[in-house]
Amino acid sequence: MANFLDFEEPIREIIEQLEQAKQLEEKSKVDVSATTKALEKKLKETRTKIYADLSPWQKVQVSRHPDRPYTLSYIDTITKGDFIELHGDRNVKDDKAMVGGIGTIDGQSVMFIGQQKGINTKMRQYRNFGMANPEGYRKALRLMKLAEKFNIPVVSFIDTPGAFPGLEAEERGQGEAIARNLMEMTTLKVPIICIIIGEGASGGALGIGIGDKVLMMENTWYSVISPESCSSILWRSWEHKEKAAAALKLTSTDMLQNKLIDGVIKEPNGGAHAHPEEAFEIVKKEIIKQLTKLVELDAEKRVNGRIKKFSNMGVVNEGKA
Amino acid sequence: MSKEKKASMGWFKRIKHGILTPTKEKKETPEGLWYKCPSCNSVVPQDDHIDNMWVCKECNHHERVTAENYFNLIFDNQKWSEINKNLTSGDPLNFEDTKKYTDRVVATQKKTKLKDACRTAHGTVGEEQLMIAAMDFGFIGGSMGSVVGEKIARAIDYSIKHDMPFMIISKSGGARMMEAAFSLMQMAKTSAKLTQLAQAKLPYLSFLTDPTTGGVTASFAMLGDLNFSEPKALIGFAGPRVVKETIGKDLPEGFQRSEFLLEHGFLDFIVERKNLKTKMEQLLRMFKKG
Repeated sequence: MANFLDFEEPIREIIEQLEQAKQLEEKSKVDVSATTKALEKKLKETRTKIYADLSPWQKVQVSRHPDRPYTLSYIDTITKGDFIELHGDRNVKDDKAMVGGIGTIDGQSVMFIGQQKGINTKMRQYRNFGMANPEGYRKALRLMKLAEKFNIPVVSFIDTPGAFPGLEAEERGQGEAIARNLMEMTTLKVPIICIIIGEGASGGALGIGIGDKVLMMENTWYSVISPESCSSILWRSWEHKEKAAAALKLTSTDMLQNKLIDGVIKEPNGGAHAHPEEAFEIVKKEIIKQLTKLVELDAEKRVNGRIKKFSNMGVVNEGKA
Repeated sequence: MSKEKKASMGWFKRIKHGILTPTKEKKETPEGLWYKCPSCNSVVPQDDHIDNMWVCKECNHHERVTAENYFNLIFDNQKWSEINKNLTSGDPLNFEDTKKYTDRVVATQKKTKLKDACRTAHGTVGEEQLMIAAMDFGFIGGSMGSVVGEKIARAIDYSIKHDMPFMIISKSGGARMMEAAFSLMQMAKTSAKLTQLAQAKLPYLSFLTDPTTGGVTASFAMLGDLNFSEPKALIGFAGPRVVKETIGKDLPEGFQRSEFLLEHGFLDFIVERKNLKTKMEQLLRMFKKG
């Protein structure tokens, strides 16, 4: 059963009508092709209309849509199953909220890393809601170093409500683990492409988010804090999350406009969750396109480019001398 | 009614009604003359407290001090030159919550006489050159926005150009929310700049003071060639309140304090403020380029 957000109600209605028509056809052998065709057209138009004009808060909702594809689904499809998941940080344990492994895209080996959310209640707990512990960031770093050794490009999929704020996470140095990745990813000799496929919350996202190309899918968000937490801190109540979402300028369009990311990946009509297979294909094409360009550059040029790009971020006034 | 209850009731009975002390005889502690330690409640004259480097003589509580205080404590003869001191925050997002961000910045500048949450200065320490970026908690919780990132970046450039070691004194609640993703990217920016310092083989000394949390901990504060702190400083990624809510239990004694981080392997040592300058001189001498 598909899930629908409140503003997707018109979409739900049409899909229901479509299903009813199909059932009718099966039962009574009546030809309903004209009806279904009309409904499909209407569905397409409704999706286009709704998705053309989403508010920042609605985009946040889409980024968390329960039917939205997660990291491993992208990897499985993009590699056509030619993928070996690799586990563990070689120190503490294997973090289930951070996955990674080696796979191929059209014959080219690629190291994948990314946060993984669960598809049902049980799996959500198993994946710790996509909130990695320090060992997750250290596993990601281990895999990136491995990729560097064998000159394999890195692709990271970002989808997290934040790094896990637990007691053990603090004991094992959550701050240090993220910080280390920022520095190591800056100087990693192989190409890195980072794609925000869902939620890009703060340091937990940035911890695997330093790359030659940082791209956001259309209906995702990336910021220093979630709109809910921002609302509760600045307005002292959770009720202003819509206002906070707008104020944070966290959508892909805003982020691109502020030059804090390198590009936006367009999603299928009605969002990635409406047509996952199409979304996988779009992302695959984008990765190939970017990699083809990035592998041409020499390592030093890529690293210097990264340093320059991030160093230029920020807006200050020089003030009077 | 028992005798006990009668006796206890007497505690709350006034013998004479009203306040009887005339106003002119009222005893007040004049503002600024005395320091009351928030940790052990002992009271000492403010001058003595300053002479003791804002550290409580009774319980060794290290009071939070400003960037300027640290510059005077560390640099030889309290002599230092500040760079980029007029940098102020832009407002790229036109951010507004209950207040406009620009108004908040101006009000804080007026109140604190500071431009932003970080100051950068260089001078000599035991006759060795040193660049220091020090944070001011008084400025919007020492939060890191574009100015903090840019000042650190430029201080690193200066260190590389003039071949001198670099120190950051962290004191921050984390990223500055009102600059949203711009503040998040300061974590990336400062870390990227530190790779250049590393490439120049210049020491980066990270001194973490109370409190150092959030995005600052998850970037430059934890990336020192050496990480060290003052006693009992709060250091963590998530704040203690958030961790407590997450685990639904009380936190163990001393959780996220310097001693806890030293024990778990994230600090090289803890240094008391009175020994800070000597320690810095020693470090600079030992890590001097051969």
